[in-house]
Amino acid sequence: FQPVTRVVLLIFNPMLKKRDDFEDILEERRNSSDLRYALKCYTPVLYKGLTPCKVSELKQMVLQSDQLGYVITQVSKEKGMTTDEVTGDAAAILEEMAQRLQLSTVRFFAFTLSKVFKTLFRSICVNEEGLQRLQQAIHNHPVVLLPSHRSYMDFLLMSYILYTYDLALPVIAAGMDFMGMKVVGEMLRMSGAFFIRRSFGGDKLYWAVFSEYVKIMLKNGYAPVEFFLEGTRSRTAKSLTPKLGLLNIVMDPFLKGEVFDISLVPVSISYERTLEEALYARELLGVPKPKESTSGLFKARKILSEDYGSIHVYFGQPVSVRSLAESRVNRSQFNLIPRHIPTRPSEEILSFVNDSAYRLVRAQEENMVLKPWVLLAFVLLQKQAAEDKQGTALDEFTEQAVWLRDLSRHYGAFLHWPDHIPPSEVVSSSLSLHRGLVRISEGRLLNQAVVILSCVSYRNQALNVFIRPALLASAIHTAASNRKQEIYNGFSFLRNMFSNEFILCPGATVQDFEEACYLLVKTGALQINQQEVLITERGHRTLAFLTSVLDPFLQGYQVVCRFLCEEDCLTEKQFIPAVRKFIIKHLLTGRLRYIEVLSSDLQKNALAALIRLGAVQKIKGYVENQNLYGQNKVETTKLFSFTLFISSKNILPLLSVI
Amino acid sequence: MCCLCNTKRAMCLLTCGQSIWVCLQEIMKWNGWGYSDSKFLYNKKGQAEFTGKRYRLSGMIIPGLREWMESTFGANLQHKTPAAPILNSSAVQPPTLNEAFLKELKSTGIPFSHDAEDRVFRSHGHCLHEIFALREGKIGRVPDLVVWPNCHNDVVKIVELACKHNVCLMPYGGGTSVSSALECPPEETRSIVSLDTSQMNRILWIDEKNLTAHVEAGIVGQDLERLLNESGYCTGHEPDSMEFSSLGGWVATRASGMKKNIYGNIEDLVVHIKMVTPQGVIEKSCQGPRMSTGPDVHHFIMGSEGTLGVVTEVTMKIRPMPEYQKYGSVVFPNFEMGVACLREVARQRCAPASIRLMDNEQFKFGHALKPQVSSIFTSFLDGLKKFYITKFKGFDPNRLCVATLLFEGDREKVLQHEKQVYDIAAKFGGLAAGEDNGQRGYMLTFVIAYLRDLGMDYYVIGESFETSVPWDRVLDICRNVKARIVRECKDKGVQFPPLSTCRVTQTYDAGACVYFYFAFNYRGLSDPVHVYEQVEHAAREEILANGGSLSHHHGVGKLRKEWMRETISSVGMGMLRSVKDYVDPNNIFGNRNLL
Repeated sequence: FQPVTRVVLLIFNPMLKKRDDFEDILEERRNSSDLRYALKCYTPVLYKGLTPCKVSELKQMVLQSDQLGYVITQVSKEKGMTTDEVTGDAAAILEEMAQRLQLSTVRFFAFTLSKVFKTLFRSICVNEEGLQRLQQAIHNHPVVLLPSHRSYMDFLLMSYILYTYDLALPVIAAGMDFMGMKVVGEMLRMSGAFFIRRSFGGDKLYWAVFSEYVKIMLKNGYAPVEFFLEGTRSRTAKSLTPKLGLLNIVMDPFLKGEVFDISLVPVSISYERTLEEALYARELLGVPKPKESTSGLFKARKILSEDYGSIHVYFGQPVSVRSLAESRVNRSQFNLIPRHIPTRPSEEILSFVNDSAYRLVRAQEENMVLKPWVLLAFVLLQKQAAEDKQGTALDEFTEQAVWLRDLSRHYGAFLHWPDHIPPSEVVSSSLSLHRGLVRISEGRLLNQAVVILSCVSYRNQALNVFIRPALLASAIHTAASNRKQEIYNGFSFLRNMFSNEFILCPGATVQDFEEACYLLVKTGALQINQQEVLITERGHRTLAFLTSVLDPFLQGYQVVCRFLCEEDCLTEKQFIPAVRKFIIKHLLTGRLRYIEVLSSDLQKNALAALIRLGAVQKIKGYVENQNLYGQNKVETTKLFSFTLFISSKNILPLLSVI
Repeated sequence: MCCLCNTKRAMCLLTCGQSIWVCLQEIMKWNGWGYSDSKFLYNKKGQAEFTGKRYRLSGMIIPGLREWMESTFGANLQHKTPAAPILNSSAVQPPTLNEAFLKELKSTGIPFSHDAEDRVFRSHGHCLHEIFALREGKIGRVPDLVVWPNCHNDVVKIVELACKHNVCLMPYGGGTSVSSALECPPEETRSIVSLDTSQMNRILWIDEKNLTAHVEAGIVGQDLERLLNESGYCTGHEPDSMEFSSLGGWVATRASGMKKNIYGNIEDLVVHIKMVTPQGVIEKSCQGPRMSTGPDVHHFIMGSEGTLGVVTEVTMKIRPMPEYQKYGSVVFPNFEMGVACLREVARQRCAPASIRLMDNEQFKFGHALKPQVSSIFTSFLDGLKKFYITKFKGFDPNRLCVATLLFEGDREKVLQHEKQVYDIAAKFGGLAAGEDNGQRGYMLTFVIAYLRDLGMDYYVIGESFETSVPWDRVLDICRNVKARIVRECKDKGVQFPPLSTCRVTQTYDAGACVYFYFAFNYRGLSDPVHVYEQVEHAAREEILANGGSLSHHHGVGKLRKEWMRETISSVGMGMLRSVKDYVDPNNIFGNRNLL
């Protein structure tokens, strides 16, 4: 382990992060005609290399492409069908998939969404400079839009903003589940959505049609391609581990030299209140999510009567795939096989795409606007866990919020805290917006049980700000000595353990450690010399806070370990209900303090981590298509004991239980 | 200043008694391209003109050039960067002479010189950095001695002496290299002797039964063609440098000629090669048209770039001179259609003697080089043509591109062939655009090299480079390399957008040769040559990343050495290395090209 030099550390300096100002786009909507807006002259800047083509021509190009042709021949040989039949299948897949972007539909949405947005939200703020950069990017290269995904609202919102700013409307990769809503599905299709089946594992033909369709739209600059790196909406508001399939597809034309460059534009959408807030919490607790249906959507109308605060949408700096790939990928690896023959991407490409995906998700995280409420959620949850049943005095609460505000600013959080308003007012107005979750009674707070997970989803929005320092704090907390090397080892262990839980770029342990050290030293919490790490007098509060940030996760993972130790063998399907039962038991007996551990997200991540680390083994069972978990007992115990060791100080009361 | 050259010429005339030989050095520029009397300049009225009498363009005014230069590069006639007019001999390092070698050389009677001018003339090719340095009067390591062998046996004697006295030999043919192949390795401590083959310039015999000619390797392309033409024959090998490049040089670099579609590239034309190496003379025992005798040893020689020995005599195929030649041109609505047409022509294997496709920038460039039209009628016709293409046919003047064609053979077949090609072109939206445009296109090939010197007078530097690439990659490589050049220039602080253009110059069954031109205005840059080299380097990286080859015909030299290993694999390098180690263990041919 080599300490990184000071110069490199400058990169981490969060104070150097420059961010654009926001502009509220609803303001104009409140002052002028929505109809005129919906019918306005729309003439976006297009890609300079664009050869305009119709939707039907696009389909023809896909069906006639060498890539698809190759797979069609292959499939027809394998299945003993004629190529015409297979081409017919391909055409049917394409028909099911393809978008039919129509300006009239977009105008319809522009009109109705204006009405809806004005009712739901106080403001929709966007960074106009980001949109200018986007316009430039669209002109120069094919563009991929990568918004964060917290709500169904996301892609409507994206198209709405792009329409407002006269930018090229994107085509959007959407999950097939929307197709269940007949009318809405078709409406979405006409506003640029194209639909992909959730799983098509072995279906070569489907994959070929799909990837060729996306690539052709992208290469020709037909429209910006939009998809969600996280693959699905994050129910916890934590960024999800990126999915690589689509990113792989959109990078391919660059890697194979078919375009000069591609711009990837991370977009961070932050909601002050998520529409799906309660829905998500229930889902995580095991109440199944309602199937998307048109009638269901109308039932959701009661949502319209509530106040959802504001939305911030930040269009990040476009990232050039070319510069990402420079000195990382040897593009001449495609020289020796015709490019239209599908090949499995090399290790080099896979790790490149994976690293890029992490970078992009981090770029999304960094530009997420955090509302004061997010910080309040930290304080509330920590109080709650401390079994502070009586609630908290408002002024003490405010003091803690202000302390946290300053800390998070030092750590580079993109905090939207109105400094011109007294903190107590900021706090009470935040609380009143979220009155469904918290009540103020004579300056005191009371918490509700199910509500915790909703709170957690707000707290989670800022986890990325604290995660590296928190890992360090926990490592310091559990280390037997002040030795830097030992603390680094602990850090590295924890980081590895939690890499399914948080966005931690693969292979960047040293950088993350250095970044965490830098932040803690900068804020005066630590002193670090060549060999040792020392906590300063004023650092104790910070470290205590940071340790408790990670604590729910640590304990959650421990419970999952303990559960697995008591089980011999169980199927994938059984896991969640069983572990949930186990956790409820522990919560009821008071052996576990954190209700949030009930989140199925955490449980799944813990299991995935244990499998990844080889502590639990996945066995293909004798029952067809069902995976069985049998566990490698020795390994689990070993890991478990290490986990216990790491956080033994935190869980002393629990140890007696085992 | 060229006194030694004069005496040497006298001596040469005495010994060989031939009158065709001229001292090229005397009539050529020492710090630019081509003949001293031929160059572009801006006259007192500020109009561009081409001087001399040698070319079709000579003595003509080129009205469009100035505006093109100003608008393309942001160049300005007020901002001049003149070259140092004469060579300052004191800037040339005194020669490191190997006295023992010199003494024995004298006894052979082979002419030699260590005059500064003679040495500097043979110390460079025509890479941008080489010419730029000369114009600034900066002279690096140059050969210490120049020798002029007159025949194969002279070369044998020189190589023997060089081996005996451990002297470094660098063969020199026409000096048109663009790969730093003629640059003296600065780390070379031995005496460097430039072996100038220019005196070995005779056709030794012509065999009409087998249609071959046995020629000394120092002969320059245009002389070879002229002499063969006198007997009614030609080789048909016409690289763009044929005015100055030599037969030995073609062999040593694997040259390619414009009309290879009929006559083939150098490897197809050569029947027999004689080369003098430190291990002795290598040649085959017969002139059979094809042999199955293990790997063809000719292929160790072709492309060896002077690292193994000196090619002294070559037997080449010859052909009767074509009865009829016809130029032609086709305008396409865009480059994509043009490439698709060339691909189809190659697929049908009906490529004319030459077919070249210029992109839009080069089309405009060609347009700017149109000489002043004398009659109102022609200018009226031109206007009409332009109207027809852009307005009537709807071609976008900023996207259209043009292919130039050259047909050769007997008249009837040429006309038939022409129709076939134009029919294919029509399928890709191509419109026949006349013989004139075609002919001018080919003429430009010869004068374009002169244009660089004009650019260098006005802060514009540039060069060309080439590659070969499979058909499916042609469009991608053209787009990406051009875009890479533009981006790199911007990143490196070039103030004005560069000229970044390409053309497809040869078609093959499985791919094409692509030629790039790249030039920029370097005002405001402190080290323009370095910037130029960085951009060229990046462009080559881009070529390789897009499936292009390291070189189609320019060769590797020292300029592109760094990519050899990835190009031919480590084992391939080892194979070449072991040949070098066997043939020349003491690195007598120490120009350090290729490996």
